[in-house]
Amino acid sequence: MSDTQLTGAEIVVRCLQAEGVEYVFGYPGGAVLNIYDEIYKQDSFTHVLVRHEQAALHAADAYARSTGRVGVALVTSGPGATNAVTGIATAYMDSIPMVVLTGQVPTAAIGMDAFQEVDTVGITRPCVKHNFLVKDIKDLACTIKKAFYIAASGRPGPVVVDIPKDVTQHSHEFDYPEQVSMRSYNPTSKGHAGQIKKAAQMLLEAKRPVIYTGGGVVLGNAAPQVTEMTRGLGYPITSTLMGLGGYPSPDPLFLGMLGMHGTYEANMAMQHCDVLLAVGARFDDRVIGNPKHFAKEYHRIIHIDVDPSSISKRVKVDVPIVGDVSHVLDEIIKHVHASGERPDQAALKAWWAQIELWRAQDCLKYDRGEGVIKPQYVIEKLYEVTEGKAYVTSDVGQHQMWAAQYYQFDQPRRWINSGGLGTMGFGLPAAMGVQFAHPDAMVACVTGEGSIQMNIQELSTCTEHKLPIKIVLLNNGYLGMVRQWQEFFYEERYAESYVGSLPDFVKLAEAYGHVGMIIEKPEDVEPALRDAFGKYKDRLVFLNFLTDPRENVYPMIPAGKGLSEMILV
Amino acid sequence: MRHIISLLMENEAGALSRVAGLFSARGYNIESLTVAPTEDATMSRMTIVTRGSDDVIEQITKQLNKLVDIVKVQDLTDGSHIERELMLVKVRATGEMREEIKRMADIFRGHIIDVADKTYTIELTGTVAKVDAFLEALEPSVILETVRTGASGIGRGDRVLKI
Repeated sequence: MSDTQLTGAEIVVRCLQAEGVEYVFGYPGGAVLNIYDEIYKQDSFTHVLVRHEQAALHAADAYARSTGRVGVALVTSGPGATNAVTGIATAYMDSIPMVVLTGQVPTAAIGMDAFQEVDTVGITRPCVKHNFLVKDIKDLACTIKKAFYIAASGRPGPVVVDIPKDVTQHSHEFDYPEQVSMRSYNPTSKGHAGQIKKAAQMLLEAKRPVIYTGGGVVLGNAAPQVTEMTRGLGYPITSTLMGLGGYPSPDPLFLGMLGMHGTYEANMAMQHCDVLLAVGARFDDRVIGNPKHFAKEYHRIIHIDVDPSSISKRVKVDVPIVGDVSHVLDEIIKHVHASGERPDQAALKAWWAQIELWRAQDCLKYDRGEGVIKPQYVIEKLYEVTEGKAYVTSDVGQHQMWAAQYYQFDQPRRWINSGGLGTMGFGLPAAMGVQFAHPDAMVACVTGEGSIQMNIQELSTCTEHKLPIKIVLLNNGYLGMVRQWQEFFYEERYAESYVGSLPDFVKLAEAYGHVGMIIEKPEDVEPALRDAFGKYKDRLVFLNFLTDPRENVYPMIPAGKGLSEMILV
Repeated sequence: MRHIISLLMENEAGALSRVAGLFSARGYNIESLTVAPTEDATMSRMTIVTRGSDDVIEQITKQLNKLVDIVKVQDLTDGSHIERELMLVKVRATGEMREEIKRMADIFRGHIIDVADKTYTIELTGTVAKVDAFLEALEPSVILETVRTGASGIGRGDRVLKI
């Protein structure tokens, strides 16, 4: 055996080093012991031991969302892999670049119903961008290289590499390829020149334009181009839940989020525009509601997306452009400049006048109540106290919508939530991933008492690593979004949406070694937040805000209805 | 409308399950599916017969293209093409039916490839419609067993699916 022979486990570690990985989030087990042994011997990356594999996936995912780099998770075979599935599916739905290494039973035991054996490749197949089972050590390094390449290029997504235990034991030369090329995988990055020209022309001809941006703007690092184009043209812009921060929210050209809980002005503008520029967005059911209702008004649609299958999936478009959004927007901006033309200013003025009328509805105003904490108020104060500079993760439900509506994100990658899959339990482990990536940043996890309990064990991981996350629990005693739907659509039959027997969250936080606070009055909201980000800056603070149990998220488009069929307050 | 989609994919373990999984996960229909390695053993050629509106077929081809193992996708129905299906059918052949079935097989350009005391096995190649027609022409009671490959297809003339 020559000196250059490495074991499979060493090769895995060397590959991660070659990719410049900083953090691996994981949980050991039999099938990955060889890999863990090699991790023990090295110090170029940090392994973060979580308390449940799902959390490892969410932490790696949020690390990726907040940095733009590929997140890495490592779990064992069988239950390790199945526990990871929710996290993989979460990343898949939101197109997050991630490499997930899973241990597998030795190749000879595959198919024998061995201890802790599952068909990981089979189970994860529908929720990964791609997956591999490495049966031969000679393919190991190249497969990991491919995994990183596939995860990060084109429309990003999670890639699973399943590694049998014997492959980590065998030895082979280590040769990490600089590049990989695959005849079957060549994502398009440059947009079609003719289509780009057509798009520029159509934009200039618009009388009632709207720019509609999605998660693709954040993932494709196209916020500067979106901002330049929007300001250059003076067009109104709206964003999906996933795109928030792609354009500065406080800016007057920004109409707020659109969709099921979007603003009145954003949804009305979307419905009544004549030219729609969709950038890295996919017209999903939570965004345009009923596509038939949307199609009642005549729109000319330009759609830029790196994934051809996102185009003309739910809504027929007129000018499809497949490519990296930043590149395509650069080209469109060039064409607009080169044409020397300006949009029809009179028409644009009239359109803005109409939008201002919609905006005057002030659809996000809420009854501030008396003596009871309104959840919206907590988010407004969170925004003020953090001066808009925090990374905000969320779980899923009413609190998620309030965070999206009332925290004015002005930079991309600051708003971290599970939009596509809607995974409760995402928020806390996601906050961990963000805090590792940005140790000095303020990180707030906005959550509900239902969601937080789905991964609450991670308070222990936070203790171990002294992560100063602020948990902003909007505790209304209900699975709030379920309760809201039951109130609206099930004649107030609140089936199983009341969460009884909640733990004493203050004591719970303290039991893990953190700071716990309970806040029951509106006047205590701001001081509590100031303490959390001030006096207890370096501690994890669990803020249990007892909020109005009857509060609903408005506006709301009932499922299956059209954009202009909103329920206002 | 009926479409015949032809594709080249990496001859990797699990590639077939990715295609089959895509169709079931997204609710697309598969009328038939055939697959085998090509002259280049690292690649397989698959023919899928499916039905759907133009929008659905557009999504099917886009989603297939998105699968990392798939090298190339072509909707053969977009141009002129040839399709063939192979069927083996075992029939009860006794008494005067023995002659009758042989004549019928000849008319359809089928071959009898196995002869036993009481049965014939007939090989028949043709379009799906022709294979259907042959089965209809036989009396149902004589058919003992049928096995069909599903359609394979190829473009006419210079139309080539290759990398």
